[in-house]
Amino acid sequence: MFNGTSPFVDGVDNAFLFIVVISLILLVGLTFLMVYFIFRYRKERNPEASQIEGNVTLEVLWTVIPGILVLLMFWYGWKAYTPMREVPENAMVVKAVARMWAFSFEYDNGRKSDKLVVPVNKPVKVVLEAQDVLHAFYIPAFRVKQDMVPGNPQFVWFSSGKTGSYDVFCAEYCGMLHSAMITKVEVVEEADFNGWYNGETLASDEPAGLKLLKENGCISCHSTDGSALVGPSFKGLAGSQRKVTAGGKETEVTADDAYLIRAIREPSAEVAKDFPPIMQPYSLTDEQIAAITDFLKTLR
Amino acid sequence: MSDSVLTAGSPGHKREPSYLEMDTGHKGIFAWILATDHKRIAQLYFYSMMVMFLVGALIGVLIRLELMAPGRTIMDAQTYNGFFTLHGIIMIFMFVIPGLPAVFGNFVMPIMIGAKDVAFPRVNLLSWYLYVAGGIIVLVSQFVGGGPPDGGWTFYAPYSVKSATNIGMAALGAFMLGFSSILTGLNFLVTIHRLRAPGMDFWKMPLFVWSLYATGWIQILATPVVGITLVLIVFERVFQLGFFDPAFGGDPILFQHLFWIYSHPAVYIMILPAMGAISEIIPTFAQRTIFGYKAIAVSSMLIAFVGYFVWGHHMYTSGMSETAKWVFSFITFLVAIPSAIKVFNWIATLYKGSINIDTPLLYAVAFIFTFMIGGFTGLIIGSVAQDIHLHDTTFVVGHFHYIVFGGVGFAFFGALHYWFPKIYGKMYNAKLANIAWGLFFFGFNVLYFPMFIAGYMGMPRRYFDYLPDFYIPNLISTMGSWFLYAGIILMIYNLVKARRSGPPAPANPWNGVTLEWQIQSPPTYENFDEIPVIKDNPYTFKKESARHE
Ligand code: HEC
Ligand code: HEM
Ligand SMILES: [Cu+2]
Ligand SMILES: [Cu+2]
Repeated sequence: MFNGTSPFVDGVDNAFLFIVVISLILLVGLTFLMVYFIFRYRKERNPEASQIEGNVTLEVLWTVIPGILVLLMFWYGWKAYTPMREVPENAMVVKAVARMWAFSFEYDNGRKSDKLVVPVNKPVKVVLEAQDVLHAFYIPAFRVKQDMVPGNPQFVWFSSGKTGSYDVFCAEYCGMLHSAMITKVEVVEEADFNGWYNGETLASDEPAGLKLLKENGCISCHSTDGSALVGPSFKGLAGSQRKVTAGGKETEVTADDAYLIRAIREPSAEVAKDFPPIMQPYSLTDEQIAAITDFLKTLR
Repeated sequence: MSDSVLTAGSPGHKREPSYLEMDTGHKGIFAWILATDHKRIAQLYFYSMMVMFLVGALIGVLIRLELMAPGRTIMDAQTYNGFFTLHGIIMIFMFVIPGLPAVFGNFVMPIMIGAKDVAFPRVNLLSWYLYVAGGIIVLVSQFVGGGPPDGGWTFYAPYSVKSATNIGMAALGAFMLGFSSILTGLNFLVTIHRLRAPGMDFWKMPLFVWSLYATGWIQILATPVVGITLVLIVFERVFQLGFFDPAFGGDPILFQHLFWIYSHPAVYIMILPAMGAISEIIPTFAQRTIFGYKAIAVSSMLIAFVGYFVWGHHMYTSGMSETAKWVFSFITFLVAIPSAIKVFNWIATLYKGSINIDTPLLYAVAFIFTFMIGGFTGLIIGSVAQDIHLHDTTFVVGHFHYIVFGGVGFAFFGALHYWFPKIYGKMYNAKLANIAWGLFFFGFNVLYFPMFIAGYMGMPRRYFDYLPDFYIPNLISTMGSWFLYAGIILMIYNLVKARRSGPPAPANPWNGVTLEWQIQSPPTYENFDEIPVIKDNPYTFKKESARHE
């Protein structure tokens, strides 16, 4: 109805229209009858009511006809759904990982991104994983949605017939910034995609550490400018004195490299004072962590 | 029915002391909070529920204000998350689930079957205490522990296990409220089985009683499941036992099954008594027998039964099996049929009636209209393909408000305007009541209809903030909430004024024929001087019967 993007749009919208049209006819018809009866048979015009107890033919009719209609609706809805589960064999596989409050996408060659970049007219199967709580992967323009369940990978597939940039929402409540858990699918020409996929064509002058923070969704909880989000800001963190709770006791530690590494790999060991213990452990490689800590030290 | 009962409340006859005036042996407030009379307990429920409803509705209006424009409008994200959770818990567990049974079921059901009280009057009072205790726990949970609970009234795991907010306590409160509901259901079932007046067989029961009967079964069979599930959440939070959180080896989808096994039938706990009340109002104002009595009675039982097997329609996107999806979708479409049968019969009851257009009938009309929209949009999301797109969007929020608020809410306030003269022996200002109804109905549609549009465009629910694309429908919706709230306030003002200083109401202002209209207003402590003997069907309107006798 709104665009011709994924292969499911027509199916879903037509099944929708089918139900809407039947419903509208019934709604208007029945409302009209109800209002008409009320005025036609109001006391002033019809002082004596007729005591009609019922009518078996009518009862049968208005059981059977709606029965048939709803079965048709069921059938259309189901037929529009089944293609969503039939992934073409040549589909490209991308892994999507959700955690509070960011998606991150991983490609076969190890490329990571916070946006889902895909080639036009190519079936894409997105394997959905969640790290902490339930999330849901929802692309309204493609009419696809699937919950992301920790420990139980799910999938969606689509193939977009049009290039463009489409919204991706998290549709399952996942905590404070649920409504900010938004990203984009970028549908690009095949050649552009290959360039992006294989190289550093979009390479920016961003430090490697900052890129990692973005890819892993750290910045949805930690700012780099000193403002407090759910977690403490990274600005001025490295080297400072931290008040933390460790094993139920409050202590002070210096945020040296070892502390930062522990904070990332095992956040529940020492929890920063006045912050909720909601950060999940991250298993990053030593090099990646080093890149992050190096970057953190530049945030003075 | 014996003649002495028939004339007991007619003008000229000296009224006996009503249940409001009688001496209970307790003084002041104790005459109420220690009361075992079903009519006083009904009022205890009524006042506590109205307080909760007004608080819940006010929070609803605040939620809408926040959503009036993209970005932060009046509150921060976590306050918003706490608000929609509290709003949902209050409205579901403290308003619509006790709903019509606790207030009007308690008040009129024993009278309608010719009984002096419910089967277990003390248990009845205990249910109210559990209700109050549950309510207090939920309110306290807002102020202690790790902050106001968030995550919604659905308590989905593992978020509800992991969140640092005080979800455990809120779940405990909901557990208590469930208990209250179980006891009410049990009490009503026994009352209906054991205390009917001589001659009243099941096919002579008023339809409101039928609907409470069907509801009672759901209350006692389904509610324990959610009770246990909520306790498991508390155990998991406190003792880290792995039921639902994969981090402890649990399964989050299991939680959803257990939750909806109750919470879908709970929708019928809410709506069936509402349908029952509408089935009382329509014949009275059409002054004719109901069309298709048996069809309406049986469809209540069918809805109660089939309604058990559709819970999975809340879980099409959760990751359950493909077979489960089509089975649940198929059965969901089947429950639509008995609901449709009721609508057809109600409308047919208006045919060739002799209709008085009074406030309760207006509420009944609003009920049928909003219930139809709720039902039709229910078909849309009962269908798997569309629900994949619409699940957890504002479309669903619009849908369930049309059913639970448009349906249950309008039926509740319709029932209130219908039985008000009986309950208080006072009449309200009809004109003001109609204006309030108009505001309410208009505001309701302006508030909730745009949510269908925003939802189809793709706006997820429980969103504190949204993309500018969704601005217009949200703005309109917020404006609707003002009209709606104004309507509610006007309605309450009118009723409070009537209670204080309204003119006395006759025993039978609407010329109804069910038993409650044959006794004085307000009724005496024991309802009947003499237990009536039932010979006729409940909706037998005599030809010569004229208004006000
Ligand atoms: C869901 C939100 C969230 C995400 C995502 C997140 N964190 Fe955290 N983080 C927190 C919170 C809350 C704290 C404070 C509580 C604690 O110490 O566990 C914290 C603490 C920390 C600390 C210690 C700060 C201090 O003041 O002692 C570091 C370092 C850190 N996070 C790094 C990261 C990195 C690197 C990432 C990404 C790989 C990340 N975090 C992702 C929420 C998050
Ligand atoms: C003044 C009246 C009301 C207004 C303005 C209102 C508004 C809203 C809004 C905007 C939401 C969506 C919140 C979100 O998705 O972020 C919501 C959710 C909800 N409302 Fe209402 N509502 C009102 C009355 C009611 C009534 C009467 C009921 C029940 C009978 C009800 C039950 C619910 C429930 C169960 C939710 C879901 C909460 C959740 O997501 O956990 N509301 N309401
Ligand atoms: Cu989310
Ligand atoms: Cu349901």
